[in-house]
Amino acid sequence: MAAKGDIIIDIERCKGCQVCLDACPKDVLEMSKKVNAKGYQYTVKVNSDCTGCANCAIVCPDAVIKVYRVK
Amino acid sequence: MAEQSIISPENLVYKKTEVMTDRELHYCPGCGHGTAHRMLAEAIDELGIQSETIGVAPVGCSVLAYYYLNVDMQEAAHGRAPAVATGIKRVLPEKYVFTYQGDGDLAAIGTSETIHACNRGENILIVFINNGIYGMTGGQMAPTTLPGMKSSTCPMGRDVKTMGNPLKITELVAQLPGTYYVTRQSVHTPGNARKARRAMKKALEYQKENKGTCLVEVVSNCPSGWKMNPVDSNKWMEENMFPFYPLGDIKVPGKGLVNGGKDGR
Ligand SMILES: Cc1ncc(C[n+]2csc(CCOP(=O)(O)OP(=O)(O)O)c2C)c(N)n1
Ligand code: SF4
Ligand code: SF4
Ligand code: SF4
Ligand SMILES: [Mg+2]
Repeated sequence: MAAKGDIIIDIERCKGCQVCLDACPKDVLEMSKKVNAKGYQYTVKVNSDCTGCANCAIVCPDAVIKVYRVK
Repeated sequence: MAEQSIISPENLVYKKTEVMTDRELHYCPGCGHGTAHRMLAEAIDELGIQSETIGVAPVGCSVLAYYYLNVDMQEAAHGRAPAVATGIKRVLPEKYVFTYQGDGDLAAIGTSETIHACNRGENILIVFINNGIYGMTGGQMAPTTLPGMKSSTCPMGRDVKTMGNPLKITELVAQLPGTYYVTRQSVHTPGNARKARRAMKKALEYQKENKGTCLVEVVSNCPSGWKMNPVDSNKWMEENMFPFYPLGDIKVPGKGLVNGGKDGR
């Protein structure tokens, strides 16, 4: 099935807290191996199962995720 | 379908609300303050009252809330936010006025201001972030620290025999005739965060009715003060904070105290 949703992660603002990982029902998110300029590992997409539910974005304390969904 | 086609302006369903500034938050990774700010900002956004809202910032980690919340803000001396908000609301009664305060601010140095503002029934919203610790100053014991919970000033855990009992100030103010809506929420999961946003929205709407003080407690984490990673801190909060500070409404308009006001269920 074609993907319904997608996200944009502002990796330079991510603090690597991992709170979003648990919130994703589709296991879309993992932590990067690399670090950003602040020295934090950041969130990356590891599959294209995103439904655009926005769970990750709502719990992200730093509001670094933008969510898109095909309506 | 190519991924590219999903990311387009008409498909955008969630982004940081414009009731928050674009500034990066100074909070530690995973700290609930950021999410709590945003849920409050989204409530203000949904009601379309950004230009009519005035907030009062506390002393504590959220002392810089005025950098992030894109509404008119006033800083108060430690614990005095409800007194400052009282003055603002009385001079500008048509504005929506809130305070945003930590547990050290609200339930230690500001106990008197909190109780008297609530007892007078000041027509303001108090947002109370309870992480059971003084986060900003290095994780000292707060009135809200749980029995047995470790902090930098009770490294062996809080001993209630010598250090006193934790103060459930939310249940306490719910007993006062001046409070109208009192509820306890959290923001650590998507469902809880959405509920907290709805509670803050309701509380702001009630301000139009001029019926008294609304208090929304958010039980939150302090990964740095608790010396845990953010994910573990949220788990620890569920297992230890929620049994002592149960989530849910404590006083509801029209119904009064829920379950005798004993806890949030
Ligand atoms: C009059 C005064 N007394 C003491 C302090 C030191 N102080 C700063 S923040 C704080 C406690 C903050 O704890 P809390 O309100 O729980 O906020 P948190 O940082 O946990 O969000 C204290 C005691 C101060 N700034 N001013
Ligand atoms: S929008 Fe939902 S499905 Fe997509 S990454 Fe975020 S939590 Fe996962
Ligand atoms: S919740 Fe936000 S800051 Fe934390 S890891 Fe996820 S994207 Fe990064
Ligand atoms: S010290 Fe605690 S309350 Fe303060 S920003 Fe860090 S995690 Fe949050
Ligand atoms: Mg605190």
